[in-house]
Amino acid sequence: MIHLRNVTVRIGGRTLLDRVDLDCAAGTLTALVGPNGAGKSTLLSVVAGDLDADAGVVDLGGRPVARHSVADLAQVRSVFPQSSMVRFGYSVGEVVAMGRAMRDVSPDEDADAIEVGMRDAEIDHMADRDAQTLSGGEQARTTFARVLVQDTPIMLLDEPTAALDLRHQERVLGLAAREARKGACVVAVLHDLNLACAYADQIVLLSEGRVVAVGDPWSVMEEERIGAVYRQAVCILSHPERACPVVLTR
Amino acid sequence: MSDTAVPRTARPTALARYDRRGKALSGRASLLALLIAIGLLAATLASIMYGALTLSLADILGALTARITGTETTGQAALAEAVVWDLRLARIVMAVIVGASLATCGAAMQGLFGNPLADPGIVGVSSGASLGAIAVVVLNISVLGPWTLPAGAFLAGIATTLIIYALASPGQSGGDNARLLLVGIAVNAIGGSIAGFLTYLATMEQLQSLTFWSMGSLSVAKWSTVALTLPPAVVGIALLVWWSRPLDLLALGERQARHLGVDVKLLRRKLIVVTALLVAAAVSFAGTIGFVGLVVPHLFRLMIGPGHRLLVPFSAAGGGFLVILADLAARTLDPPSEVPIGILMGALGGPFFLWMIYRGRNRASAV
Repeated sequence: MIHLRNVTVRIGGRTLLDRVDLDCAAGTLTALVGPNGAGKSTLLSVVAGDLDADAGVVDLGGRPVARHSVADLAQVRSVFPQSSMVRFGYSVGEVVAMGRAMRDVSPDEDADAIEVGMRDAEIDHMADRDAQTLSGGEQARTTFARVLVQDTPIMLLDEPTAALDLRHQERVLGLAAREARKGACVVAVLHDLNLACAYADQIVLLSEGRVVAVGDPWSVMEEERIGAVYRQAVCILSHPERACPVVLTR
Repeated sequence: MSDTAVPRTARPTALARYDRRGKALSGRASLLALLIAIGLLAATLASIMYGALTLSLADILGALTARITGTETTGQAALAEAVVWDLRLARIVMAVIVGASLATCGAAMQGLFGNPLADPGIVGVSSGASLGAIAVVVLNISVLGPWTLPAGAFLAGIATTLIIYALASPGQSGGDNARLLLVGIAVNAIGGSIAGFLTYLATMEQLQSLTFWSMGSLSVAKWSTVALTLPPAVVGIALLVWWSRPLDLLALGERQARHLGVDVKLLRRKLIVVTALLVAAAVSFAGTIGFVGLVVPHLFRLMIGPGHRLLVPFSAAGGGFLVILADLAARTLDPPSEVPIGILMGALGGPFFLWMIYRGRNRASAV
């Protein structure tokens, strides 16, 4: 679904992405990880069509991203942005419904999809509340519900769990993994390596605009590599129940 | 992995049903629509009755039936007919056009800029139109006879908006709202200083007519001005209603609106063109009338919520109602002379706005 070759992005003389390749298939969840400033969000912006690459190929669903119109893109990919806000007093339900506003799907299915999305994100009890009065975590769950109801084959999530408590971190990534199992191509920027290891099919480790490693969690998470990229010594264990790697700082 | 399937049996009964339009017309909005319709009718009737000459209901009915059936009238009846049809009704329709245009454009600009304090003249239409009017008066331009002033104001208003938009959108990027505002401030400052220079050159007589124009008045309203402004106003307001869904999405910010399928650059261009046309048309004939574009959408946002599908039409009706009332007051407070509408709007709108802010200070949605 997503296919990038040799993608380079330079802004103001700085190279933010340096010849990056990325392949994400339908039905998988890819985690983009790496230290601050590694280029994770830049990469997601390029895939989302927000930012044009200076060089290289960016294909979404078999078509260059620049050849999609804005309206087309909204049928193909949804985006969970790093920060979101709502102006004026729209209710939570109205904000979630906005995910549906420009979709080429039957409006008859809206009400059910929106109801299910709100329940999945556990915000159904606050549907009529003013979205400006939400806490950071509630806001993030509202945005996530909006992304779910947009119901696109590609989901791009930029730190979807940053504002969430333990339960909702697991829940949101669980829902993202569920969408992947149903056939979506999900890409998430994650800071929490343990969440990435628990839910991702593929992990892409970025550092200084380059891809350092790609693969399943066990192949990417090597103590020496993570230690060098993050400049922080770690030890890597096996999760007692999930059989995935667990990263602890030393 | 945790099981995230949600049992369908856990259905909370109170969950409101939403679809892509938000929510259906609530009972409250229907009631409000009825009240506004009654208010508009009452204000229209009062506006026909009162003025320099007070007419009775019988006079009005006679005038209406005479014109409709084509009956010849004489004496008092002919005077009543002329006052009702050619002066007051034309003026009422013009008041509705001006009020509806300013209020809907205020709602649209507030939506575009995501700021409840945005004014319909935010991209320079009003100040440009002022400059045009001042130039016409001070430089004694009269190529179009009595139409010269409105034409000059209209053209200068549109031109100012186009200049601001062109300077704010270099190359392919299409600019953004912040840039538009900054360029607007700079261009408005330049225009203001040219207007100041022209005013400095003006004679006392010219100053008097400028003051009158700049404080707003519907005294030039005739059926010919109505014929010129009604069709574009109807089309423009219909377009703003048509664009209500993308306007709603802008509440999430430009970037997220784009993620959801709104071509923000294109929408911004369309909104600015329509707003410039509507506001320039209103300002050219009625002068600068403040506060309508600010107060009316704000008030309806508090009552029926921020969704533009209802907000724009309600603002149109509410703006029309407010300007009819203001014009009625302008004509009846000190007959036979007229108080400029702008003074009334400031005197009534200012305290009203303060009251709304005071009342809403404990509510996050108020501002």
